[in-house]
Amino acid sequence: MNPNLKWRALSILLIILFCVYYLVGLPDFPKSFAQVKENFGHQIKLGLDLQGGTHLILQVQVQEAIAQETDQMVDRLTTELRAKNIHYDEVRRADDTHVLVRNIDPAQLSQFRDLVSAQYANVWDLTPTAGDPSGYTLTLRAAAIAQIKDSTMTQSLETIERRINALGLTEPTIQRRGGRNDNEILVQLPGEGDPTRAKAVIQAGGQLELRLVEDVRTYSSESEALAAHGGILPPGTELVPGRSETRNASGIQDTGVTWYVLSRAPVVTGRDLRSAIETRNTNNPGQFQVNFTLSPEAARRFGPFTETNKGRQMAIVLEHRVYSAPVINGRIDDSGLIEGNFSQESAHDLALVLRAGALPASIKYLEERTVGPSLGADSIRHGVQASVLSLVVVMLFMLVYYRFSGGNAVLALILNLIILLAVLALFGAVLTLPGIAGVILTIGMGVDSNVLVFERIREELRNGKSPGSAVDAGFDKAFVTIIDTHVTTVVSAFFLFLFGTGPIRGFAITLTIGLIANVFTAIYVSKTIFQYHLAKMDRQAELSI
Amino acid sequence: MIELFKQPNINWMGKAKYFYALSGILLLAGWTSIIVNGGLRYGIDFKGGTNVDVRFAQPPNVDKLRSGLVAQGLGNTEIQSISDISNPSSNEVLIFVEGKTQDDSDLDASRVKVLNALNATYGVASSNKPDFNAATPSSLAAFLSEKDPLFLSVNAGDRYQQLAKRILDYRDKVSSGVLTNFDDLSKVGSVTPPVLTAIKNNYALGPFAIRNVEIVGPKVGAELRSQAILVTLYALGGMLVYIAFRFEWVYGAAAVLAVFHDVLITLGFFSLLHFEISLTVIAALLTLVGYSMNDTIVIFDRIRENSRLLRKEPFADLVNKSINQTLSRTILTSGLTFLTVLVLFLMGGQVLRAFSFALVVGIVVGTYSSFGIAAPLVVAWNHWRGRGLAAGTGPAAGNKTSGSENVSGRLAPAGRR
Repeated sequence: MNPNLKWRALSILLIILFCVYYLVGLPDFPKSFAQVKENFGHQIKLGLDLQGGTHLILQVQVQEAIAQETDQMVDRLTTELRAKNIHYDEVRRADDTHVLVRNIDPAQLSQFRDLVSAQYANVWDLTPTAGDPSGYTLTLRAAAIAQIKDSTMTQSLETIERRINALGLTEPTIQRRGGRNDNEILVQLPGEGDPTRAKAVIQAGGQLELRLVEDVRTYSSESEALAAHGGILPPGTELVPGRSETRNASGIQDTGVTWYVLSRAPVVTGRDLRSAIETRNTNNPGQFQVNFTLSPEAARRFGPFTETNKGRQMAIVLEHRVYSAPVINGRIDDSGLIEGNFSQESAHDLALVLRAGALPASIKYLEERTVGPSLGADSIRHGVQASVLSLVVVMLFMLVYYRFSGGNAVLALILNLIILLAVLALFGAVLTLPGIAGVILTIGMGVDSNVLVFERIREELRNGKSPGSAVDAGFDKAFVTIIDTHVTTVVSAFFLFLFGTGPIRGFAITLTIGLIANVFTAIYVSKTIFQYHLAKMDRQAELSI
Repeated sequence: MIELFKQPNINWMGKAKYFYALSGILLLAGWTSIIVNGGLRYGIDFKGGTNVDVRFAQPPNVDKLRSGLVAQGLGNTEIQSISDISNPSSNEVLIFVEGKTQDDSDLDASRVKVLNALNATYGVASSNKPDFNAATPSSLAAFLSEKDPLFLSVNAGDRYQQLAKRILDYRDKVSSGVLTNFDDLSKVGSVTPPVLTAIKNNYALGPFAIRNVEIVGPKVGAELRSQAILVTLYALGGMLVYIAFRFEWVYGAAAVLAVFHDVLITLGFFSLLHFEISLTVIAALLTLVGYSMNDTIVIFDRIRENSRLLRKEPFADLVNKSINQTLSRTILTSGLTFLTVLVLFLMGGQVLRAFSFALVVGIVVGTYSSFGIAAPLVVAWNHWRGRGLAAGTGPAAGNKTSGSENVSGRLAPAGRR
């Protein structure tokens, strides 16, 4: 026999063995059929549509972070100008990316320009304001905006990841979506049937602040508070509403709002936390609270601060709401607690959010899909039953119609599927419903490739060629057609992958892998089998096709 | 050997008029329906809103359900019952609430309202026991560990977790998410009478279970819609360029036109039979594009090969011959693929219904269009150029030095063999 043929047979065998091993031999070599099934389930990951679970797409409001940067710039600039004794009328935010400085003392204009260009030139672009000879406009540079966006996204992603991971769900996926949707984050929670809790945890801002209460009275409305101070609040203070709702058996209930006058500057923020944990409230059995400890650096500030403000109230503010405003009874160095009508679960989740850190910008939900486990199971059962049945019908037909050669085609089809699944597992790709569509098109094109070759061989035989040369000519002529059809489809799959999202990409990946595997099985493998068969059979015998 | 066709000799190109007329009728019918219905029926992916898929233990009274929804302030809802050939009384309904605003809290609110309506209409109001049909694996495992009906001492937590998973697998996979009788659970391995009693005493059986919830913001829907169209056009463009490169541009154009025709006709059928267009349907349409293109290329390939061999033959005859030569392959492949998707359509369950419908229609139309539309278009083009007489000069569009040597050189690019 041709030694070349032996090598080809060997290489094919090795590839098959590797694929089968990769599909069912890992992580432990199977000793029973149940284990084979388990390994297979382990290697082939199902998408949420087949497995059940929750799929969320959320949008990070990056514009908020940009606006915040501009606000901070106003604060910094005001402080700097005061320190340098530069006179001006007003520094204010024009919009999210512009700061206006009005009416600078003409004698100090160059001093102002030097100050800005020395400190902020990388981030802010300084131009004279049109129509105001002594005014300037600072514009946030495009590069700086991109950088803020990027760091906001990275920080949001990390924070959400920490929060979700702390929930202890199985194999969550949290990833940034690319392309035009680059301010969106995809969260997938396989097997999670109720997204309410995960959503609450993700969306919690988690901004904790401890602030001094500047007015011992509380007010039932904003206007009442303003009236009590003669229409204008004391400098450096602001009005913050108290937590208005209480939780009881029937849900959330509004109990009216109280307003507090608080110092604008927080003493301690969420960044200063070292840990947070839920504990049982000893005074109110059945209720829970969150205890927190501060970092050593924050404790050094907090100690003296509580010492000097003994007897005054300290507000615990979370998400711009006052949770409680206890009186400082003595020096506190590094710990505190948040009370509120917490259940164990809500206290646990709050502690978790505090530990994971605050989000740099708020979150909006764009999409939420929850596939129940029974629906996913139904889809798999129906899909698998239908696929197996149709595969069997196709194979039987091939066997009847093409006899020996049909067996060849059946083998090629099975191999095609094995390679396709193994490569999917190798890439860690998940099998979704559109992915199954890709598999169906692959099977269709696999059948087609075989039929093309066989019909060609039959034609050549009819023209009086010997089996050997008919097989060679058949493969040769069909090869061009097969390459053309496959390349065309791969080209379109490439575009689908490039511009599509989620499900469409899954389809494109499965299809591409399937088609490449198909060229290998329908041409290389099938031809090797034919030649093997021809080498063995009698020269005068007819080819069974 | 078994053969479907011995030596077919059909004049396909002579029937081009009828093919055009047939396509025209199909396109007209489908698109009249689309226009009359005020556009295609988009699924939730493309229009946004809230979809809740509920399965009931008993056949639900839709009127009662609707009034329950209205009581929650959801006047404008669609309730659609889902049935299945393999399971005609699935007791399942799909509730759709339109989401008009971009506000995300509002979208979520629809889901809460639907749940409230279901609970108010069908909920187990009399008992305060938790609903077993809404139990999660972790909550059931926690309950079992606390009760410890098997008196386990070793690995109790892990073992109850596995038991809980098995019990809920039974609920989800065997009784499709809604258990109607606790005693059925005794079929699950290691559910002993004490376990069953513990579950019976603690849980109630709710009359429904939520199978699926989808919430899509309207902005996302619009974005997905334009993206799906764009992606399809890009893919078609890519194919056009490749075929133009391998054959000639007129082949590429004809193939893409034929595929486009297939997609339009399939969309028409979707409208006629009230199927919704969802993201998975888009995947099916793309599958059909690939499939139809495949079919067309097989014929074009034969035309290319034959025009090298039979230079004296009139182009239309040559095309006829090419189609006839590939006919048994076309019928075999299409027949088998059609069978595959037909099985999927009949047995694939509701999630795959619209998807496989697109393929069932698409494969028939796609096969027809390769000989009924794509090939006649190429012939018509050549005829219009006044070169329909001899095959050698036939597809030489745009070729200034129209020597037949030159043409066949172009038709069979160098280096291919």
